[in-house]
Amino acid sequence: MSSAKEVSMNVRKVNEKASIIDIHGEVTGFAENALMDAYTEAANSDTRTIILNFNDLVYMNSSGIGLLVTLLIRTQRQKQSLLAYGLSEHYQQIFELTRLNEAIGIYDSEAAALAAAE
Amino acid sequence: MTSSSSEDEKSREKSWAGPVSRLSVRETPAGAINLNVEGRQVMSPLQGFGPLWQKTYRIRLPGVTATPAEIMKVWKERFPAFQPPGNRFYPSVAGVEPGEIIFIESAVSPRPGVLPGIPVASGVMVLYADDESFTVMTPQGFPESGWNTFSVYSQEGETWAQVQSMCRATDPIFEFGFRFMGGSRFQEETWQYVLTSLAAHFKVTGERVQMTRVCVDPKLQWSQARNVWHNAMIRSMLYMPFHLARKVVKGR
Repeated sequence: MSSAKEVSMNVRKVNEKASIIDIHGEVTGFAENALMDAYTEAANSDTRTIILNFNDLVYMNSSGIGLLVTLLIRTQRQKQSLLAYGLSEHYQQIFELTRLNEAIGIYDSEAAALAAAE
Repeated sequence: MTSSSSEDEKSREKSWAGPVSRLSVRETPAGAINLNVEGRQVMSPLQGFGPLWQKTYRIRLPGVTATPAEIMKVWKERFPAFQPPGNRFYPSVAGVEPGEIIFIESAVSPRPGVLPGIPVASGVMVLYADDESFTVMTPQGFPESGWNTFSVYSQEGETWAQVQSMCRATDPIFEFGFRFMGGSRFQEETWQYVLTSLAAHFKVTGERVQMTRVCVDPKLQWSQARNVWHNAMIRSMLYMPFHLARKVVKGR
């Protein structure tokens, strides 16, 4: 089973209203603390959009998808939008299969995601 | 990227089901009823009606020398056999593999404390499967919307088997059943039974199933109340008399 060491998150506050979480490594059930800590760092009372950068995603299993659902609910409660970019074609298909794409906006690039966040 | 890491990535990608917009049944396993599955969309926890619950059940497997992958292999192969009486699972010939459908016949209780009697025929799709885990996702009309993940893992020298569900009741009728008719308790007892059966298969007895419940989202999604149109319990009740009559006619 994978360990928490296989994932790391970096938070970038782009402006007052948007933050980006850069995801490096594997998103499995063990990434829960890393992801939720990153969200806590990324979000404040003015934040309206959280953007997930999947460019350096190595792997995601079904527990990882479950974490994204939990994160999505947290953002919705705070009236924030959750966007994503950098997903490979395979993971874009997984988002469609799991219907996460109906609630998480998917973009090709950081610029496109930021433009949507405006 | 090296070719071996690329191959590794491809192999991991095969753990997921392929793109599916609506479920399509290639072959119905012997004994199963193909009802409330064909043509149904799969449902994530986002499309259901009731509060979103994450429930985790796990059991320790002390003294078991088999690896998590070996235990999971048995779990997949004997998945129907580990179910409680009254819950009938029919995997496809391919077994618990990504994209395959497992047909399910179960029953729900007409009121609390009464033995389950109202039939529910449906199925689930295997969303994900690797050597140490698999996840099933529910279709429209199923009592719950979301997924259940079954896994075996080692933690601090101990081996554990776990079921984790992330689901909402699919529609207002099922929400009422879960909340007031003993549905939640029935569901919890089902997964406790499954884990205890798996443990018993490996000669582990006396271990208690640990359970945690987390309400991820307490709100009702009224925009999804229309899911009731596909309600598998209502459709099963309407269909069962015809099914039984056909069986009688065929048996003559």
